[in-house]
Amino acid sequence: MSAIVERVKTLIGPEMAGPGLAFLAVVLVFGIASPQFLSAATFGSVAFQLPELGLLTLAMLLPILTGGLNLAITFTANIAGLTLAWVLQANGGVDAGPGAFLLGSALAILVGAASGVIMGLVIAFTRAHPILVSLSMMIFLRGLGEFLTRGGDVSGFPAFLGPLGHGSFIGVPIPLIVFIVCVLAWNVLLTRTKLGFSTYIVGSNLEATRYSGINTRKVIVLVYALSGAMCAIAGIIMLARFNSVRIGHGESYLLITVLACFLGGVNPFGGFGRVIPVFVALVVLQLLSSGLNLIGANQHLATAVWGLLLAGVMVLRFVATKFKISFVRKET
Amino acid sequence: MRSFVRTHATEVSLLAVIIAISAVLSVSTANFFSLGNAFDLLNISSVNIIFAVGLLVVLIAGGIDISFAVAASVVQYGTAIALGWIGGGGWISGLLIAGSLGILLGAINAFLIHRFRVISIVATISTFNIYFGLLMFFTKGVSIYDLPDWLTDRVILFEHEMPDGTWIEITLPVLVMVFCVVATWVLITRTTTGRQLYAFGDNPEGARRFGINIGAMQIIAFGWLGLMAGIGGLIQVHYAQEVVPNALYGRELDVLAAVVLGGARLGGGKGSVFGCVLGVLLISITQNGLNLMGVSPFAFKMIIGAIILIAITLSNTGIEKLLPFVSQKGAGR
Repeated sequence: MSAIVERVKTLIGPEMAGPGLAFLAVVLVFGIASPQFLSAATFGSVAFQLPELGLLTLAMLLPILTGGLNLAITFTANIAGLTLAWVLQANGGVDAGPGAFLLGSALAILVGAASGVIMGLVIAFTRAHPILVSLSMMIFLRGLGEFLTRGGDVSGFPAFLGPLGHGSFIGVPIPLIVFIVCVLAWNVLLTRTKLGFSTYIVGSNLEATRYSGINTRKVIVLVYALSGAMCAIAGIIMLARFNSVRIGHGESYLLITVLACFLGGVNPFGGFGRVIPVFVALVVLQLLSSGLNLIGANQHLATAVWGLLLAGVMVLRFVATKFKISFVRKET
Repeated sequence: MRSFVRTHATEVSLLAVIIAISAVLSVSTANFFSLGNAFDLLNISSVNIIFAVGLLVVLIAGGIDISFAVAASVVQYGTAIALGWIGGGGWISGLLIAGSLGILLGAINAFLIHRFRVISIVATISTFNIYFGLLMFFTKGVSIYDLPDWLTDRVILFEHEMPDGTWIEITLPVLVMVFCVVATWVLITRTTTGRQLYAFGDNPEGARRFGINIGAMQIIAFGWLGLMAGIGGLIQVHYAQEVVPNALYGRELDVLAAVVLGGARLGGGKGSVFGCVLGVLLISITQNGLNLMGVSPFAFKMIIGAIILIAITLSNTGIEKLLPFVSQKGAGR
């Protein structure tokens, strides 16, 4: 019996405890508080809201695992979105064909990755703190976007982009499909590839990793490049969802992505954390938001509750470790 | 002199950059090199400098705070309402209310960080969302324009007519800013507490074994930032003559960039008030200069971001090349 419990424990992992419990608590509390909560409509709205925040959170996750942070994510996403928007506009705007969309998306991902590569190079070669590097990149990209768009919207896209933001495929929202594919890709990257392994050990101990013969600079540059590319995917989805690009879109998501990572059990100093618990944490955040909406509260209260949830999980984790320590001491 | 240059490398290079930029702007624009413009710069930068010296203390103590700007917004609202209750008040009651509200909000961060061992960035990101979410929820995003006269009236402490007929003036924000800067300087360089803050930021475990009360350190650092956030928030109301709940949203990252540009280290134990003020001034001067040169305001942030990015690249590689053995430890990653 205990062997099975151990198997399950190692399979789920310690990071799952926080988001898992939070998930159960949210479903229970709102399930009792509101009869409409446990309905297809709730989960449908969550499924449509999840991808934007989720893709940006994936972009934030990799740098945090290396012990860094990418504060430029939302503006990278919007700059990438702008790139796609211009390629579409240059090819006829509303009449642009799928070819223009593919070309634009490729360029958008390239632009996102390029901003990541610049950050990665500066961080890897100058050892400047990632917060500062990504912060200046964020200020730069926001300025670039404001300069290019004069702070306004860019819109007028072909109709076939609509389904990418609002459509469903056999009942599953297309943005959600894109998001889940990205979650799986990140999971495979982190658990099955050499780069994933290097990402974790760079985050655990950079110097030791370097002495062990791994090219830590290459790892850091690749991680930020992938983070930028993921931002670009988020930017493309946001373009399709809002049917416009604006440099300020999703600005409020920035710190929430960090919140989601920490809620998902990712270590703020890097080295530890997995994709699936972060995914569950995101679902919890969106369910909370929808649940509060159902009982008549607004989005801002949801933001406050998200903050309370993070603080609560951290306090509970502290209490749990303290309990465990005293438990061990009693045994010995 | 030589030892000053060696120990204050960041400050000296920042000062050199500021002088170089100022020289270029003095030659290329008609209005930059004037007392009036210098005073305008001080008036405009006051609030950011007040925030910056507060954040500096937290960074020295090895923490980071994302929540201070929204905390200042909460203080603004709270103070405006409290002043209504007591029927007007004055500068002294206003500063007392704003200061204590700020300290209270800072203490919440310190409590989470010390009592529950939450890492400061996690704790302050959660309080950021709590403060901002609750503020927007309770205020419904409505601004306050009905403020007491003493708060919105401009206070001119010094004015002087220049030979060409323009007026130069120093206003209340500058006085408060100077007071905050001097107080912070005294706190971190001239008191035992200040030395303990540096020691704690550099090596928390060592400081604890040395008998420094680490709980007190967290309360002092985050309380001081809270105090500065409260005062800065009130001065911002005075300057803008309105309370807008999301006016300061996002300011935290700009101030953080300026403070770190001024030589404070993310990770603790390093940083000076002088460097911090220079960091804010460099950004203000650049912005002011671009404005005078007729560059589109939409391009400001882009240029400033690029300048910070280049500055950190140059400063970090410079140190690494000059002193290769230092790079083994490096300043973070």
